[in-house]
Amino acid sequence: MEYFETKVVGQERITDDIFVLKVERRDAVVAAGQFFMLKCWDNELTLMRPISLFKADEHTLYFMYRVIGKGTRRLSILRTGDSIMLLGSLGTGFPVQEVSGKVALVGGGLGIPPLCQTVRELHDLGVETDVFVGYRDTPFALVDFEPYAHAIFVATEKGNEGYRGFVTDLLKPEDYDAVFTCGPEIMMRKVAAICDATNTPCWCSMEHRMACGIGACFGCSIRTPEGMKRVCKDGPVFPAHLLFQK
Amino acid sequence: MTLSTTINGVFFKNPIIAASGTFGFGGEYNELYDVGCLGGISSKGLTLNPKDGNEGVRVYETPSGMMNSVGLQNPGVEAFIRDGIPAMRKLDTVLIANMGGSCIEDYVAGAEMLSKADIDMLELNISCPNVKSGGMAFGLKADVAKEVVTAVRQVCSKPLMVKMSPNAENIVEMALACEEAGADSLSLVNTFQAMAIDIRTRKSVFQNLYAGLSGPAIKPIALRMVHSVCKAVHVPVVGIGGIATATDVLEFLMVGATAVQIGTVNFNNPTAGRDILNDLEQLCQREGIDDLSQIRGIL
Ligand SMILES: Cc1cc2nc3c(=O)[nH]c(=O)nc-3n(C[C@H](O)[C@H](O)[C@H](O)COP(=O)(O)OP(=O)(O)OC[C@H]3O[C@@H](n4cnc5c(N)ncnc54)[C@H](O)[C@@H]3O)c2cc1C
Ligand SMILES: Cc1cc2nc3c(=O)[nH]c(=O)nc-3n(C[C@H](O)[C@H](O)[C@H](O)COP(=O)(O)O)c2cc1C
Ligand code: FES
Repeated sequence: MEYFETKVVGQERITDDIFVLKVERRDAVVAAGQFFMLKCWDNELTLMRPISLFKADEHTLYFMYRVIGKGTRRLSILRTGDSIMLLGSLGTGFPVQEVSGKVALVGGGLGIPPLCQTVRELHDLGVETDVFVGYRDTPFALVDFEPYAHAIFVATEKGNEGYRGFVTDLLKPEDYDAVFTCGPEIMMRKVAAICDATNTPCWCSMEHRMACGIGACFGCSIRTPEGMKRVCKDGPVFPAHLLFQK
Repeated sequence: MTLSTTINGVFFKNPIIAASGTFGFGGEYNELYDVGCLGGISSKGLTLNPKDGNEGVRVYETPSGMMNSVGLQNPGVEAFIRDGIPAMRKLDTVLIANMGGSCIEDYVAGAEMLSKADIDMLELNISCPNVKSGGMAFGLKADVAKEVVTAVRQVCSKPLMVKMSPNAENIVEMALACEEAGADSLSLVNTFQAMAIDIRTRKSVFQNLYAGLSGPAIKPIALRMVHSVCKAVHVPVVGIGGIATATDVLEFLMVGATAVQIGTVNFNNPTAGRDILNDLEQLCQREGIDDLSQIRGIL
């Protein structure tokens, strides 16, 4: 974990409100499912913004984000050569080292980006990975998964592409040794429930408002059967049974 | 040039102290920079027994600041003495144990335990709700505050710093009451009670209805309060509230603060402690300040 200034090396608009920000990696050590706190302002905004690592190349870090408010809007106007402050990498990511056999990744909306780094790492570890991705209307980031995924299953709520309906309808957890999921809580709850029914180990990545991002302020604590947990440090990835009880 | 200062016989290598609740027990920030460069660290607010804290939204950004409703999540005094103190002792800086309570008995029991432990100072947070008087904070009425400080003073053998709430009915009366009750020093301010609404749910953002406002937004008010308290009391005062730059530090010293605490700025800039300290050295040089006593309380 490091707090460092780095340079923007590109910004791409993927859809109306979804962007990919590319920055110089410097020496950042990263792992699937981790995130960074980002800041491209001085003190005009008080807090840094948590954004998951979308993917990392040798020299570049990628963040895919949706513009929803002041902070993400400021990120979206960054141009090549601008500087940005990064704090990270942060948190406990997906346990890619602990799984083997066949793994399913289930993502919804802006929960999809962190699964990209995850499929890459699993691919490198020789783990066969199927990717299930759900969108409201238009799919994005599929090309980023294609080189690494064994198969990709797409669902759109409006039926624009792939299966019409929820991505959770497509998942058969009994076919997998582990399931990793990231997305809206209601989707992850469903994934956790169907995994529980087939005794398939399942991990979920949570979102929460954060202040410090490093485990010092207890601003992101959630209640679990094993006591209070900090999403920023103990998570964002947790075993499903800690988050969703029957 | 020296930035060092002494409060109640405790030596601080500089006047910058990390504020309670924003810095944990120092370990996380120590991974980013050597927090031993700071004057001191005030621990996460402790309570006699472990506390889970509040449900729902706990941190919320506001213009020039933030609100928090963490609700004193902490491992309790016993676990702090067992695990927290040894960890903080590795950090080579003044160790201040910050403690709150929900009744006088808990304050006294906690202070008694901490007094026997290896801490440098006890910072008594009296902004907590008193469960026995309908949840009104100890720090609002001078006579209530006096009662808790008097009780803690009797069992506290460490330097006792009382951290005041800006929500007090009269901040100067409150300060005088705490001084009279035996406080060795005062720190102010804690967060301002505030409110935010989620218009979509048509409810308060916070499950507890109100939350505490901090950050640059409160600095001018905090500065005024520190000024009026410094004019009234004889004990050392530690200034807190929205400090984000070396200039802010000098402002608080000029109105009479002996040292300062920095809270919210740690979230805006995780290496703020080190950065403000470096800037302060340069600023003092530029301003021809050799010793902080030259400017302390000149207003
Ligand atoms: C661990 C983690 C990883 C994330 N990864 C991504 C990602 O890869 N891509 C992406 O598009 N979004 C991601 N998010 C959500 C992202 O942090 C928010 O969309 C962003 O903070 C909104 O900031 P804003 O200033 O634009 O919005 P505003 O609504 O103006 O923000 C106000 C405050 O609320 C906080 N906030 C608002 N929405 C959220 C949220 N959903 N989660 C946490 N804090 C929030 C902000 O951080 C800020 O402090 C992630 C969140 C977390 C906790
Ligand atoms: C997230 C957060 C948690 C806090 N927790 C405590 C606490 O446990 N005990 C306490 O005395 N003050 C607590 N405070 C108050 C700060 O120590 C400080 O008094 C206040 O935030 C004003 O300073 P600032 O504007 O520099 O943050 C907390 C503040 C924040 C923002
Ligand atoms: S955001 Fe501070 S502990 Fe998680």
